Amino acid sequence: VQDCILLKKMEISVAEAEKRTGKNAVNMQETYTVYLIEMRPVDAASEGTNPVPDSLWRRYSEFELLRNYLLVTYPFLVVPPLPEKRAEFVWHKLSADNMDPDFVERRRVGLENFLLRVASHPDLSTDKIFYSFLTEENGWKETVFETGFQAKADSRLKALNATFRVKNPDKRFAEMKHYGDELQSVISQLLRVRARAADRLYGVYKVHGNYGRVFSEWSAIEKEMGDGLQSAGHHMDAYAASVDDILEEEEHYADQMKEYLFYADALRAVCRKHELTQYELEMAAQDLTSKKQQREELATGTIRTFSLKGVTSKLFGQETPEQREAKLKMLETQIEEGEELVKERNAECEEFVKSAWVDIERFKEQKDHDLREALISYAIMQISMCKKGIQVWNNAKECFSKM
Amino acid sequence: MSAGAPRSLASSGQKSIQDICHPLSAEESALNPGSAADTGLILPNGTPVDTSSPASSSSLLNRLQLDDDLDGETRDLFVTVEDPKKHVSTMETYITYRVCTKTTRTEFDLPEYSVRRRYQDFDWLRNKLEESQPTHLIPPLPEKFVMKGVVDRFSEEFVETRRKALDKFLKRVADHPVLSFNEHFNAFLSAKDLNKRQGLALLTKMGESVKYVTGGYKLRARPAEFAAMGDYLDLFTQKMGTIDRIAQRIIKEQSEFLMELREYGPVYSSWSSFEEDLHDPLEGVSGCVSNCSSALEELTEDMSEDFLPVLREYVLYIESMKVPSDVEKCQDRVECFNADLKADWDRWENNKRQDFRQLLTGMANKNIQHYEKCLAAWESLVPLLQDKQEAEGETS
Repeated sequence: VQDCILLKKMEISVAEAEKRTGKNAVNMQETYTVYLIEMRPVDAASEGTNPVPDSLWRRYSEFELLRNYLLVTYPFLVVPPLPEKRAEFVWHKLSADNMDPDFVERRRVGLENFLLRVASHPDLSTDKIFYSFLTEENGWKETVFETGFQAKADSRLKALNATFRVKNPDKRFAEMKHYGDELQSVISQLLRVRARAADRLYGVYKVHGNYGRVFSEWSAIEKEMGDGLQSAGHHMDAYAASVDDILEEEEHYADQMKEYLFYADALRAVCRKHELTQYELEMAAQDLTSKKQQREELATGTIRTFSLKGVTSKLFGQETPEQREAKLKMLETQIEEGEELVKERNAECEEFVKSAWVDIERFKEQKDHDLREALISYAIMQISMCKKGIQVWNNAKECFSKM
Repeated sequence: MSAGAPRSLASSGQKSIQDICHPLSAEESALNPGSAADTGLILPNGTPVDTSSPASSSSLLNRLQLDDDLDGETRDLFVTVEDPKKHVSTMETYITYRVCTKTTRTEFDLPEYSVRRRYQDFDWLRNKLEESQPTHLIPPLPEKFVMKGVVDRFSEEFVETRRKALDKFLKRVADHPVLSFNEHFNAFLSAKDLNKRQGLALLTKMGESVKYVTGGYKLRARPAEFAAMGDYLDLFTQKMGTIDRIAQRIIKEQSEFLMELREYGPVYSSWSSFEEDLHDPLEGVSGCVSNCSSALEELTEDMSEDFLPVLREYVLYIESMKVPSDVEKCQDRVECFNADLKADWDRWENNKRQDFRQLLTGMANKNIQHYEKCLAAWESLVPLLQDKQEAEGETS
């Protein structure tokens, strides 16, 4: 039974990345990276056996396809985001090149994180397409397209991009959307400033390396002071070199923040879709009301609503009772259908709200937990950096005191 | 130098060159056994002595006599420069400093003095010392001229930097076994009013020419070791220049980093404003970043105000040691001058070593303190964040 969360049964990892070349859709040669997904049963480790894991290779575009499918199929869920398509918030030392090994490595980690998030979600983890993404290397793409999700995607995408106004916006969702906006804005700012600060910090540390060189040169012309200066110079070199590790660790923190930057977008998407659902309900209800009004007018002969038919009948003469009867009958059918539609849409809306709100609550808890963890590990990183700094300068101080 | 013991080396202005004894100080060489070997002298206990110079044998005696005067605790002259004050008159505005003296020397009438002096007075003193002690290296003064409009001569920072440099100048003179007995120095410390104005212009002019005459001897008559000194000074100046540039560059990079930090901290604060559970952790991080910013600001200021000026002073010092000249040399005076120079050179070397040890140790300390402040801030945050976590775990 696949009701239990996938991750409880299986260990999933994105173990490696490799470069491939091949012909693309327009028959041109291209280089791309593929990632190795491995799955092994959780029990395997405890049993002591070490079976060969199920594994297959996927490229980034396939992950994108999977996510798009999930977005369309579960519009009421906050779908975990993928790592960024292109490197953003880059500071000068960091490469913006997708082929850069550091970028590829961070992407590998991000993709693994994505799979783990999906696999631990109570609803998403049970999805068959997701399961076959992890197990069927060939033919998976066709399977996805066969679901026909693209058609739904196109129409929804069109609707999402269009501007519409909802008459009675749900306060909770409006607040959530606003929260999503603010979260996205503040994390963007945080990442931007942090990148600039990282750049500057790099400069500070690296310039100290110049002390290393000049102390060495200076020690050559000194007698008693020479040894102390020389050793101190080495510590300055070590200090300058230490910044690389420091900033690499900080990049991991930036990635954690980026995940929630993109999560904010996913949250806003749910709210937007809810608005759309509500809008469609309102449209159906409006349409029903207008049809009912038309029926009333036809039945009583009074014209309250403007209709082209009404005007033409006035211009070209009254219609026959048979014609009126036919029209009334058509309206009745339409009203029946309309009432069905409204019932449907209403149920859809209620269902959406219920499911969405459960997932939003789940997301809130996850976010609070994850971000708190991220902040703690950031503080620990800073502590480690300070301790290293104290050590280096103490070493240098000892050398100076021996001058 | 124990109180009351006569110092046979007291020099008081214009004496015949031959009468001036070699002031090799036991103090210096006892502290600095290495430099004794460098000067080529040997004490009876085994270190080499150069007896070719007529001055050095008497100095050997002096050295033995002064053998017990080793540490600074037996100093008998203490000088400080403090309490800068602004004076406004119809003619000009200027700063004076209080010069306090405490001494047991019999050359002084009183044990304590407190006088007010302005930069002009220090400049006068230095000129007089150069005139009257041409064979010695006179410590430098901070720069005389400041470009108006570029530097605020009355700002707290400038005045304080200058005060420190003037203090250092007087202390060096006071520690010098010959210069400290100079009558002009005595007058500078003790006289209520330096009665110099009338003769000032004339004396200064004369002083200049004397400087050129005698200064030429300083490094002109150069046996190999003095050539080496000159080369060393050139290289040393170069290295100091490089260090100055590096320090400035670091300060600049740190300032720019500080600018980013000042924007970074508040982002966490504004984030906290629309979070509930995360409000406190985010505020906490904001506070930490802010503390680190302040710590960095202090570090940068310290380096600017303490480190750089001292470094630059050394460059000035060296400038004052290199005096250009095209004066004929007088051969029989040369050796005596050279011996004095050697002694002062060793003193300078020793001071330099101590000064730089202090300077660089100070730099290391400032950096350590900076990191310790940041460490304290972050360490105090972690348990707060983790406590809340545990509390949440309990309630959920």
